[in-house]
Amino acid sequence: MTRKTTQWHHLCDVQDLIPESGIAVWTPAGPVAIFYLPHQIPSLYAIGHHDPFSDANVLARGITGDLKGEPVVASPIYKQHFSLRSGVCQEDDSVRVPTFQVLVDGEQVLVEVPATQRADAVA
Amino acid sequence: MSKKNLLVIGNGMVGHHFLEQFVATDAAADYHIVVFGEEPLLAYDRVHLSEYFGGSSHTDLAMGTAEWYAENNLDLHLDEQVTGIDRDAKQVVTPKGTYAYDELVLATGSFPFVPPIDGNDRPDCLVYRTLDDLDQIRASAENGKVGVVVGGGLLGLEAANALKSLGLQAHVVEFAPRLMPVQLDDDGGALLRRKIEELGVQVHTEKATTAIVDGEDCRLRMNFSDDSHLETDLIVFSAGIRPQDALARSSGLEIGERGGIVINNQCTTSDPHIHAIGECALWNQRIFGLVAPGYTMARTLAGALNGDSEAAFTGADMSTKLKLLGVDVGSIGDAHGQSPGARSIRFNDEASGVYRRMVISEDGKKLLGAILVGDNGPYDTLLQYALNGIDLPASPEALILPESEGGAPALGPDALPDTASICSCHNVTKGDICGVIDAGCQDLAGVKAETKASTGCGGCAALLKNVVDCELEKRGVEVSTDICEHFPYSRQELFHLVKVNGIRTFRQLIREHGQGHGCDICKPTVASILATVWNEHILATDHVALQDTNDTFMANMQKNGTYSIVPRVPGGEITPDKLIVLGEVAKEYNLYTKITGGQRIDLFGATLSELPEIWEKLIAAGFETGHAYGKSLRTVKSCVGSTWCRYGVQDSVGMAILLENRYKGLRAPHKFKLAVSGCTRECAEAQSKDFGVIATDKGWNLYVCGNGGMRPRHADLFATDLSDEELIRTIDRVLMFYVRTADRLQRTSVWLENLEGGLDYLKEVILEDKLGLGEELDEHMQRVIGTYQCEWKTAVEDPEKRKRFREFVNDERKDPVQQWTTERGQRRPVAETA
Ligand code: SRM
Ligand SMILES: Cc1cc2nc3c(=O)[nH]c(=O)nc-3n(C[C@H](O)[C@H](O)[C@H](O)COP(=O)(O)OP(=O)(O)OC[C@H]3O[C@@H](n4cnc5c(N)ncnc54)[C@H](O)[C@@H]3O)c2cc1C
Ligand code: SF4
Ligand code: FES
Repeated sequence: MTRKTTQWHHLCDVQDLIPESGIAVWTPAGPVAIFYLPHQIPSLYAIGHHDPFSDANVLARGITGDLKGEPVVASPIYKQHFSLRSGVCQEDDSVRVPTFQVLVDGEQVLVEVPATQRADAVA
Repeated sequence: MSKKNLLVIGNGMVGHHFLEQFVATDAAADYHIVVFGEEPLLAYDRVHLSEYFGGSSHTDLAMGTAEWYAENNLDLHLDEQVTGIDRDAKQVVTPKGTYAYDELVLATGSFPFVPPIDGNDRPDCLVYRTLDDLDQIRASAENGKVGVVVGGGLLGLEAANALKSLGLQAHVVEFAPRLMPVQLDDDGGALLRRKIEELGVQVHTEKATTAIVDGEDCRLRMNFSDDSHLETDLIVFSAGIRPQDALARSSGLEIGERGGIVINNQCTTSDPHIHAIGECALWNQRIFGLVAPGYTMARTLAGALNGDSEAAFTGADMSTKLKLLGVDVGSIGDAHGQSPGARSIRFNDEASGVYRRMVISEDGKKLLGAILVGDNGPYDTLLQYALNGIDLPASPEALILPESEGGAPALGPDALPDTASICSCHNVTKGDICGVIDAGCQDLAGVKAETKASTGCGGCAALLKNVVDCELEKRGVEVSTDICEHFPYSRQELFHLVKVNGIRTFRQLIREHGQGHGCDICKPTVASILATVWNEHILATDHVALQDTNDTFMANMQKNGTYSIVPRVPGGEITPDKLIVLGEVAKEYNLYTKITGGQRIDLFGATLSELPEIWEKLIAAGFETGHAYGKSLRTVKSCVGSTWCRYGVQDSVGMAILLENRYKGLRAPHKFKLAVSGCTRECAEAQSKDFGVIATDKGWNLYVCGNGGMRPRHADLFATDLSDEELIRTIDRVLMFYVRTADRLQRTSVWLENLEGGLDYLKEVILEDKLGLGEELDEHMQRVIGTYQCEWKTAVEDPEKRKRFREFVNDERKDPVQQWTTERGQRRPVAETA
């Protein structure tokens, strides 16, 4: 029998999302940033909220956009760009933040997170 | 006809470069090429070796790939040291076999010199040359506290930086009386020493080590000839390099008196079938310990083997420009003034830590050499004067004096001859660059790809860009001023688009005039333009996602993700009651409190969710936002003025408050500051501000476009003896003209310097209304002033906007990563630990 290691959590509602920007939620795996990009497909992304360069929980507060077609968020502190798809830092691909599956079910926003691991513990 | 054998011994930087050059020649088809490398890894960039400690891997540093070697039919033998050359049989010997050659290339580089000191072979006595050395240093550093570098030259200092970055307390021990004795003189060496010691690396000069023995507190102890000693856990020897000429010696090739394989201008040794290039070669009694001359030798030899009778190595420039432990150091040509009749001009600013020396010819016409410590700003210009023998200007000292002393304009790229070397690593001249541009290259990236310029040490990047921009402009090619990949426009063009087309949102602008979805460059720029033109609340739904976090949350983000709060204190005047409120609020939220350089009070350490609560209290007490986060008015500094000061001739505080209230909230390309002084003693330091006002007995003198900060600039006197109304109207107009025409993040000082026609033109536009813009500018300013709102007031009163300040939308908890400590009685974030 395989044990389930991830789980979907209802973390906020659609009305909490801010178009073209991010919000932070607290999950069993630590802080996660959810971005809502209504003019793009897909329009929802979830990545770790913890910025590995400044060691602060701030990524949801960065500016979103695209670089050469890749959807990214720029850290508000030292401005590195992280891919919203893969979490990879565009300036230094040896650095990556965790990414999570996210979906909307009715009014609820659901994120799939590991059962225990803290998101900000992954460098 | 069967192929001849070409053997290359040494797979280092120069050996690899030779292969790159040679396989591109016709002659390559005639040879079967075999390469021997003693190191187990493919040639890598030794110049950037230290980056290995910063996280780069061998793959990052590698100069080629195994596939490239295979594609070019290069028979690569790594981890195989050549142990002998049999010149009669024309073959070389390795532990794995013998190999015949028709032509043999020695590119064996050099090895670090380890001074003959008792105990120098102990464990933890290491050198700094190969990746393997660095692995050993890292291992040794792991359980040590202190590290010593023997040798205070260029490489020694680089090694010291590495030890520091490994967390060791680093020392440099130098035999000579100063650091970098080859490149610097006493004053330069002394300044470098001071700066390096400030960074926490201890420097010991005039120390001769006599023995290395067991230590007491550390693993080792170094005894010096003056009976002093130093304890350390590891020692890195960096006391110079010696050419690796062992094979040449044992096979009877001609060797220099102090080592090095003697070569002629074609890079051939005393045996016509054996050649030597790179650091192992001795040309004209000289060894070249830099990579650029080695590359030139490699190119020469590749040409010569391809039958080019003109190919010749004619020496190389050994000028260097580097950043050692973050300190700029430059040395050009005859830095010590050893040429007959040479004289020097020196500039030594001990306070700001800048030393510059020019060595000029007896007749004062040519630059022979130079030394720079602390700031390499003039390096490129000086190098061009020295290398190209360009005649010095009438007052050559201007080249090294700071700009405010009436000093040097840089030598424009236009003034350089076609033979001027732009990139010494890849031997690219200005003529080469013009050549590829004429052949169709239209941008910097293209020129780089074609010529390889600026792909070596990177030191020439700024100069290359200048030359390329200048040449493109001369040919009528427009140099891109696009703000980013999403808009093919400059800020000024975007400003016009927004205004003329009445565009009110970012989405509309990018849909109609741009592409993609935007980024952290164009979004805040457009937000600032929209704010200037329409002045809507920055948290309005259409704008909120465009701003930098400071604007979005109307506070300045700190290094740990918390924010600072700076309420406006117009003119620096504040009542005791308001002071008490600031104190009470700071106490309640445990905020670190500091008086700023702008005559107001900064409260640090508020979390996102605390911001609206705190502002609610401040607003109730009569405070307004201070826009410390915005590209907008910061403060109007003032002195006490005529109300109290016995010298004051006007009410400077009154005027400062009036001006601060007038311009607060205006969004601009960059922040701007004003100051008002009550008399000519200038206690408000108005001449260092974007707009400086100084009282006269008839009214006010106005100064414009000053700057403190990174590159201070004295403001220019713009108009004199203005009445209150004249003063305000003049500032209104200059400010509005700036806001409309400046580039993104361009302060007024830089704006003016780039404004065609300069100060005179600005006077014509503003004081004489040459463009007939005056009324329009007045009207625009009036509209901005009329629509002012305290952004924080609007935000705290609007429950929807307040929602944005939740730390986690599903959880009330405060950010768990923030860790605090107490210092001098106040709370602050703990220093970086992770
Ligand atoms: C708080 C303060 C330092 C202090 O404790 O005294 C300060 C703090 C910062 N300054 Fe400053 N500057 C402060 C006075 C100054 C001054 C002195 C003055 O205004 O008289 C200068 C030189 C004068 C000038 O601007 O010409 C100054 C020149 C800068 C610069 C360089 C600007 C330039 O054009 O060279 C920057 C960087 C920038 O803006 O790009 C900067 C940027 C910053 C930032 C915003 C850096 C950042 O992004 O985090 C700091 C924000 C701290 C915070 O969170 O509040 N700060 N800064 C001062 C706030 C004054 C105020 O009440 O608003
Ligand atoms: C830390 C550091 C920083 C530097 N910074 C700069 C800088 O900023 N600017 C600059 O211009 N220069 C710099 N240099 C110098 C630059 O790296 C050298 O000039 C350049 O590497 C010389 O190239 P080379 O091919 O002659 O020698 P190397 O790169 O040393 O290559 C020689 C190779 O031959 C191999 N070899 C030797 N004998 C044999 C044998 N018998 N059989 C097989 N293989 C053999 C060696 O193992 C070595 O791999 C720096 C050097 C170091 C160590
Ligand atoms: S000088 Fe630098 S560190 Fe100090 S407050 Fe200004 S920006 Fe920050
Ligand atoms: S001078 Fe080194 S890359 Fe151009």
